[in-house]
Amino acid sequence: MSACHDSVRRDHAQSAVVHVHRGGPLVALVGNPNCGKTALFNVLTGSRQKVANYAGVTVERKEGRYLTAAGKALRVLDLPGTYSLNPRSPDEQVTVDVLMGRARGEKRPDRVVCVVDATNLRRNLRLVLAVKRLGLPCVVALNMTDLAARRGIHVDVDKLSLELGVPVVKTVAVRKDGATALRTLLDAPAEAWRGDAVHTPAPETDAPAVTVEADHDTVQRILVSLGLDVHAPHTLSDRIDRVVLHPVIGMVLLMVVLFLMFQAVFGWAEAPMGWIESATTWVADGVTAALPNGWMRSLLVDGVIAGAGVVLVFLPQILILFFFILILEESGYLPRAAFMLDRLMGSVGLSGRSFIPLLSSFACAIPGIMAARTIASPRDRLVTIMIAPLMTCSARLPVYALLIGAFIPKRDVAGVFELQGLVLFGLYVAGVISAMGIAWLAKRLTTRGLPRPLMMELPTYHWPTPRNIAIGLWQRASIFLKRVGGIILALTVVMWFLASFPAPPAGATGPAIEYSLAGTLGRGLATIFEPIGFNWQISVALVPGMAAREVAVSALGTVYALSASGDDTAQALTPLIAHSWSLATALSLLTWFVFAPQCLSTLATVKRETGGWKMPLVMAGYLFGLAWLACFIVYHLAVAAGWG
Amino acid sequence: MFTLDRSDDFQLCRIERIHTPEHAPEWHDWLQELGFIPGEKVMLMARARPGGDPLVVRVGSSTFALRCAEAACIEVTLLDNATGAA
Repeated sequence: MSACHDSVRRDHAQSAVVHVHRGGPLVALVGNPNCGKTALFNVLTGSRQKVANYAGVTVERKEGRYLTAAGKALRVLDLPGTYSLNPRSPDEQVTVDVLMGRARGEKRPDRVVCVVDATNLRRNLRLVLAVKRLGLPCVVALNMTDLAARRGIHVDVDKLSLELGVPVVKTVAVRKDGATALRTLLDAPAEAWRGDAVHTPAPETDAPAVTVEADHDTVQRILVSLGLDVHAPHTLSDRIDRVVLHPVIGMVLLMVVLFLMFQAVFGWAEAPMGWIESATTWVADGVTAALPNGWMRSLLVDGVIAGAGVVLVFLPQILILFFFILILEESGYLPRAAFMLDRLMGSVGLSGRSFIPLLSSFACAIPGIMAARTIASPRDRLVTIMIAPLMTCSARLPVYALLIGAFIPKRDVAGVFELQGLVLFGLYVAGVISAMGIAWLAKRLTTRGLPRPLMMELPTYHWPTPRNIAIGLWQRASIFLKRVGGIILALTVVMWFLASFPAPPAGATGPAIEYSLAGTLGRGLATIFEPIGFNWQISVALVPGMAAREVAVSALGTVYALSASGDDTAQALTPLIAHSWSLATALSLLTWFVFAPQCLSTLATVKRETGGWKMPLVMAGYLFGLAWLACFIVYHLAVAAGWG
Repeated sequence: MFTLDRSDDFQLCRIERIHTPEHAPEWHDWLQELGFIPGEKVMLMARARPGGDPLVVRVGSSTFALRCAEAACIEVTLLDNATGAA
């Protein structure tokens, strides 16, 4: 149980905040979304980054350590991108709160680096003016100067610095040596960052005394004086968009991209997942051979090693999915894909951003739920997370295969379709329809029929940089292993405990699990499950099945006292259950797995992604209720049809 | 004067004013912060098909996807595509 406590404590510490790298002045990076801020952060801090959440909110907090040439250690904070200091989302609220020095548990930054997209000064400089008014020592990093130069935008840095009253340096965040001038500035004393660099107290209110129009006029005047008051058309991006946003070609392209991605998450992950499973078995066999038979060996093999295997087996899918998402995001395609799918998803009250997380959930809900981070609206993100488990994940296939194989006859339907295939397809469709229903209900309950804002930037296209992709992948993997892995491992060990204790009495004839806490629990649950046609064996098997959906099959094998393992179990089970269960029971169990409210790994991920136990409990509750209700209807309809 | 959602594709326009919709008064400020400020030039670049919603809009040198309901808050006048004059 100590693993469980540890993970609880760790999560608690994480929400109670924490200056991840102690000591050293705090430098905050601020900028518009898509200005290359995170790329600049990656160039400065490399792999010395810590990712956590801000206190009390599910906004990602990235802090890194930077050692200047003079040996000064700085803490660098990559604040969420924002268009203004008038926040419109939890992300932007965090940026404003940190800059004002009123974010819970956060120190007010000692210095601010305003990252500015040199190809889009008009919009970016307004934020600089607003940040400057906060009174913090600040400098401007004029980023993407290489792109700007290619478009004929040449900025006179000294003149811009004079106009703004703060130092300005050029940076190219996609090049390793692209931040040299900024590195020099980071070594300079804070006084050099502003003429009047006194650490003024944070303003009392954040009511913008200066209007957007006034700042716009100031920026306009600066641009005129720099000779930059012309709009350079981004011809290449526009030309790409003519293809990408084309109603037919663009849609075909999108389908190809999504198909490739889905195929990769499913197909490419299969081999590494197989290796992880073999490695787990190999380690388990080694431990089994080395240790005497007893509860200690069982704990290690069936609890700890099996639990670690369950955690690690998700990693290939997570890495492959995020590899694609990071490339789509970095290149600028992701918002375009969201644009193309907006209308489709809008019919159930979601935005196009929800599509990729939901598609990924067909492989596994865990990477899907983690991918919901790309959804800017907190409401849409939550609804997407809540319906993700309704997408039929690949772990449900073994259960479907077993039940369909045992109960649905191989028969042609209308000459072209195969009945077993049709039933499987129907189960997928049932999941999608219930997800749409839930999303639609959430729309009715939360948006009161009002249009929800989109206002999404379509940034110019960029080549993704391998460094940024690598850092992004490494962060997703470590978040999953550290924050989710601990909970899953702990729960697997708890499940092992429930299924192993107390041991069967001497002379017992039934399988061991029957006498354990899980068995008792399962028989208790049987009273709840009896109205939906589950016998006590199914109820008992559902308890260890909570660790992972596919475990239900081997658990059924255990309950029916089979000694076979893995795939053999399904083969041996098929005739057994075909004889002892009615068709109505089988259909009811299939229906149960459409909703599958029992996947603890999913619930652990939801806990991590929503920052508390409330949402995972709500999810478990509604999925359980829905599953029970649907099974009840299916079972009784089937009984009425004479399949009882 | 007309609202941006009614503009033809690739027609250069100038923003005259931003409406404050009753159901979402915050949109006024949000649109301005993105750069939809009176005097700025805008152009409708594309519409999602089928349905024609949302829209792709160029303002200054940025591109945004806006729902029709959002673009309907932006009142514009025609400019000459070649000269940029009214």
